Amino acid sequence: MSATTPAEVQVEVSPEGGQVVSAGSPWKLIARTFAQNRLAIVGVVVVVLVILFSFVGPLVYHTDQFNPDLLHVNLAPGGSHPLGTDQSGFDILGRLMEGGKSSIEVGLAVGIIATVFGLVYGAVSGFFGGAVDAVMMRLVDVGLAVPVVFLFIFMAQVYKPTLTLLIILLSIVTWLIPARLVRGETLSLRTREYVQAVEVMGGRSWRIIVRHIIPNTIGTIVVTVTFQIANAILILAVLQYLGFGLPATQPTWGSMLSDGITYLQAGYWWQVYPALAMIVVTVVAFNFIGDALQDAFDVRLQER
Amino acid sequence: MTGYIIRRLGEAIIVTIGVTVITFIMLHLLPGSLARDVLGPRASPQAIAQFNHDNGLDRPVWYQYWLFLDKLLHGNLGYSFQFNRTVDSLLATELPRDLLLGGLALILSVLIAIPVGIAQAVRRNRMVDHVGTGVSFLLYSMPQYAIALLLIQFLSISFHVFPAEAPQSTSAWGMLSHPAGLVLPVASLTLVTFAQFSRYMRSSAIDTLAQDYMRTARAKGLPERLVLSRHLLRNSLIAVVTLVGLSIPVVITGTLIIEQVFNFPGAGLEYFNAALRNDYEVMLGITVLVGLVTVVGNLVADIGYAILDPRIRY
Repeated sequence: MSATTPAEVQVEVSPEGGQVVSAGSPWKLIARTFAQNRLAIVGVVVVVLVILFSFVGPLVYHTDQFNPDLLHVNLAPGGSHPLGTDQSGFDILGRLMEGGKSSIEVGLAVGIIATVFGLVYGAVSGFFGGAVDAVMMRLVDVGLAVPVVFLFIFMAQVYKPTLTLLIILLSIVTWLIPARLVRGETLSLRTREYVQAVEVMGGRSWRIIVRHIIPNTIGTIVVTVTFQIANAILILAVLQYLGFGLPATQPTWGSMLSDGITYLQAGYWWQVYPALAMIVVTVVAFNFIGDALQDAFDVRLQER
Repeated sequence: MTGYIIRRLGEAIIVTIGVTVITFIMLHLLPGSLARDVLGPRASPQAIAQFNHDNGLDRPVWYQYWLFLDKLLHGNLGYSFQFNRTVDSLLATELPRDLLLGGLALILSVLIAIPVGIAQAVRRNRMVDHVGTGVSFLLYSMPQYAIALLLIQFLSISFHVFPAEAPQSTSAWGMLSHPAGLVLPVASLTLVTFAQFSRYMRSSAIDTLAQDYMRTARAKGLPERLVLSRHLLRNSLIAVVTLVGLSIPVVITGTLIIEQVFNFPGAGLEYFNAALRNDYEVMLGITVLVGLVTVVGNLVADIGYAILDPRIRY
């Protein structure tokens, strides 16, 4: 989290060991470390493929996901349905694309909203410290004391969410962890000389928070967003599986699994495993990216 | 140390009160009125006024909160008007079964995570480590029910080894007398919990391995077996205390999902069913209890850590 003051750049160019490395900007360094991580590249490729599959796929592979086709239910893969049909006659491959859309949309939106809110909350709490911090952090503790799934089932049952409302509700229950992470980092940042220097020069609190604290937590933020996206996709899958979340007309991978599991005993594997595979592959991909980003930012922090 | 424990206890009490406030607010956000729900659409205004008066619903909000808190302090978690039973009596039969499921899974996952974590740390970046990391990564990236699903597919459907439904006995002892039915739920919850533990155990063991006292132990000629058991294992056990305390929400969430998959008659399944029949008092009673257990778990983890590791100063 070093600032780009001239003094700091000097340190980066010639480390104590005396070995001189090409300076480059910290961003280039991060990008290079990230690119050297093979799993990270796999993760990025998979995420891009999943996004293309969900958003471009339906333009190429047309299916009717609105009107049930009761003459062709529970068909095994093959022929005009490469992955078979479900118990309402919907084409599974097309439904995976539809499900991917909502999963990706919810994942990205929740990951970003929750992290941004947590970022501001955590930065304010950590910066002001004292009583403000104590009150704000106890609120986070209270939120963390009740597991997300319990809170969400209650809210979903009361409000019967649409896609937008679902995103808001999920963000409400997932911003706590980022808030705590950013607060911890802010506590250490505010003792740095450059922050104190701004204070001495009469910079206002909001200026310090917006211009100095938040930009320097960027590493934590980028990593957190990635893990939050993975987490949101997982939570959505769990909730849809339990039957709470979006209405039945909007397919998601979780609801496909939930529908298909009834027929697992009958051996209709195609109604269960493709959706499960999509969830796991997407979450693993985001986790790969998150891990690699963590390493990349760590390199900038510690080894240079 | 005493000061730290007192401060930590104070925090825990504040957080617990916070949980009750949130639960109370959630109860008040509910649309409709309790009297209408219970008495039906044809109830007379007098009957509704009487019901509201009997249940304190005509009092100011802060007084209602006080009544709510007073009930909780007397161990009264609410009343299910749909079952005409107290939430306490529902939970009294369910909690022993939850303790059985959650307790067994927690113990098993610790017993697996410790040796696996140490083995991975000792053979870092070798085959064992990569396989271990891969497995835990995969488990970690799966929705909790997927693990249960795969176990059911292989051990119950493809090969009829264990039944896919939990025993339905009314007591925890009764369930223990049908161990075959317990295998899959316990195994699933164990894997869910293990997925959370194993990465942490590995990194904690790696940290311990890098300590000076490990080098000293080796330098003085202590056999590797003793280095690992006396120095590495014992110091890693400190991490387990934190881990178990902080994993309570994970175990509880896992319990909810696993119970739903296996139809395991516990509080998690009760929460799920209460949600389906809109029995909000039961849901909120369980929520308060879950919050309380989580707060106690965190408290025990923090205090246990402070007692076990004298290097930590507060």
